[in-house]
Amino acid sequence: MSRLNIQKTYKLFIGGKFPRTESGRSYSIENDKGALIANMCHASRKDFRNSVVVARKAQAGWAGKTAFNRSQILYRLAEMLEARSASFSEEIQLLGSSKSDADKEVVDAIDTLVYYAGWCDKYTALFSSVNPTASAHFNFTVHEPTGVVAAVAPEQNGLLGLVQIIAPIICGGNTTVVLASNTMGTSAISFAEVVQNSDVPGGVINILTGVMSELTPHMASHMDVNALVIARIGLSDESRDAVIENVKRFADWSTSEVDSNPYRILDFQEAKSTWHPVQTSTGGVSGY
Amino acid sequence: MSNEWNLAPAAESTSSAEIKERYELFINGEWQAPSDGNYFETISPASEESLAQVAAAGQKDVDRAFEAANAAFKPWSALPAAERGKYIYRIARMIQERSRELAVVESLDGGKPIRESRDIDVPLAAAHFFYYAGWADKLEYAFPQRDPKPLGVAAQIIPWNFPLLMAAWKIAPALACGNTVVLKPAETTPLTALKLAEIIKDAGLPPGVVNIITGAGETGAMMTAHKIPKKLAFTGSTDVGKMIYKAALQGNKKVTLELGGKAANIIFDDAPIEAAVEGIINGIYFNQGHVCCAGSRLFVQESVYDQVLMKLKRRMDQLVVGDPLDKNTDIGAINSKSQLQTIEEYLEVGRAEGSEIYQPECELPEIGYWCRPTLFTNVAQSNRIAQEEIFGPVLAIQTFRTIEEVIDKANNTPYGLSAGVWTDKGSKIFQLTKAMKAGVVWANTFNKFDPTSPFGGYKESGFGREGGIHGLSAYLDF
Repeated sequence: MSRLNIQKTYKLFIGGKFPRTESGRSYSIENDKGALIANMCHASRKDFRNSVVVARKAQAGWAGKTAFNRSQILYRLAEMLEARSASFSEEIQLLGSSKSDADKEVVDAIDTLVYYAGWCDKYTALFSSVNPTASAHFNFTVHEPTGVVAAVAPEQNGLLGLVQIIAPIICGGNTTVVLASNTMGTSAISFAEVVQNSDVPGGVINILTGVMSELTPHMASHMDVNALVIARIGLSDESRDAVIENVKRFADWSTSEVDSNPYRILDFQEAKSTWHPVQTSTGGVSGY
Repeated sequence: MSNEWNLAPAAESTSSAEIKERYELFINGEWQAPSDGNYFETISPASEESLAQVAAAGQKDVDRAFEAANAAFKPWSALPAAERGKYIYRIARMIQERSRELAVVESLDGGKPIRESRDIDVPLAAAHFFYYAGWADKLEYAFPQRDPKPLGVAAQIIPWNFPLLMAAWKIAPALACGNTVVLKPAETTPLTALKLAEIIKDAGLPPGVVNIITGAGETGAMMTAHKIPKKLAFTGSTDVGKMIYKAALQGNKKVTLELGGKAANIIFDDAPIEAAVEGIINGIYFNQGHVCCAGSRLFVQESVYDQVLMKLKRRMDQLVVGDPLDKNTDIGAINSKSQLQTIEEYLEVGRAEGSEIYQPECELPEIGYWCRPTLFTNVAQSNRIAQEEIFGPVLAIQTFRTIEEVIDKANNTPYGLSAGVWTDKGSKIFQLTKAMKAGVVWANTFNKFDPTSPFGGYKESGFGREGGIHGLSAYLDF
């Protein structure tokens, strides 16, 4: 007798939990033959705002962890994803990818996490400076996280695109609310299960599914969001311009494929210069 | 003993400062009359006398300036980088050679004490050119695995509080990175930028590499809306900064913004109190408080509040307010009549909100724009004088008990440009400097600047850095 399989319910990921959208709305993802793959949550403005609240609460704690600790947690994400790589590949294939393409997307996502795991305790050393001021001061410049980052992941590559945008954000001590791919978001929500099992504190990564044009005006205008990054084309000028209201940092990654490099981390960093006087001895000099 | 021991006048001679009756626009290496034939006056805020007529650039002039900069871009960026650097070194040297004249003109036109323009503004401006000159042929070492290229033409708009210094902060890195520029100084303080144009001409820079045009906000709006510039750089108020940010987004231009501030200056009970009091004075009364990173919110730990307040008032009583050209002057003239009105409105707001005002009873000149150094006590966190940038010599004092409390209060502002902390304990210094959401943090010092040290804000104080290695990326394409 054949057994009826159990289908997964895809929900949102906010504050380390999996709530349904408060709006009760859903939309469906179908494969290329029109068969239903999943009903996804159609996140609302309020879901986004709730996510920002938990992301803000989590930010100081995440930034306050040692860089080594953040590095291990990103590496842990890679470990957990590796362990589940077969199921992720199958989930991606359901949307129409070939097995080899799906396998490649999963391993690329894993390798991206390992890559940024390694950067956590190195980028500050690379991009900081000790500044030789023309006065008796010790003066240095280091980077610090910008804060809470709203992000729109690419429409293609629901898993890899999500990881490529999340990793540099959290690597640098920020927390994020990310809108996953609309049509390929199943693996993004499954990635939330990986996040939940990887010692990432609740609220550091929050993942929504829904409609870009509906959420981006609120992402851009929210006064407690410090930066907005868009890796998908289709952002309206009006939505984009709302970033000026709190002088939000804006990064447009939509115009080319997102690669991995440490400069991506700097899009969500602030440089701080610290000064302190250096005492100079004015006593006698040795005389020959 | 009587208080007759006043300082004798020590006026700086103005003989070195030659100011022309009329200044044209510096476009394509030449002085060009404005096409609409409009001029405005720049006055001395200390005497209210007219210093010169200055051209008001209209749309045609703005077009000409950008076209000149655009035409100059290719040959300038194609120069061997070391040669580009040598032009910038020349500018640095000529500023040093004409430093006395520049300092006098800066104080005449802007009202700041000659001691500050002579010892801070002008030397730092020269140092800035000297520093970035050396970067011109070393850019590829600053950005591992990247290929830095100039952006093109930069539109640069600067404020009236450090006219020459801000021109240097804008022009020097732009040129070092191979860009050409159109710069507009503020309408109340155009003269030192125009002197800088003379220097740039004397230095033999190719025509069009630097264009300096004068005018008010309308001219600035024409610049930011213009098609040619690939980069907008602005220092000024947060309100105008937001408009410029929008123009940059709409025009797909790179942008850096150095905007307002409301810095916390935090005094702990274990601080060296005498030094801290000097730091408070320097933090808020430097340049009449016309400083975006001024320490305008003072937080004093309760146990030393009475002592700090007493010493602070005593020190304020000794400040000399008056003639900017007198070498004994600590606080010069307020930059303009409208800024004086703004400050006086805030003094009224402070009183109306229930705060107590203290001002020394120093004499003020009868002509000119003046404001006594002012402090307010009994200030609540929500009071406007504790929240809004006043841009004048007005200090709002609050107290605190614990570190956590003062960190919360200090960061509770949309601004994030600078902060100060005074304590003798090293670990406490780093706890505070790490916790401050601000781009520049001074520990046991305040209001220090250096070309090697990146400067810029968090949050609504803007983004991008000026100075240091970090100041280069603002003018490069990767």
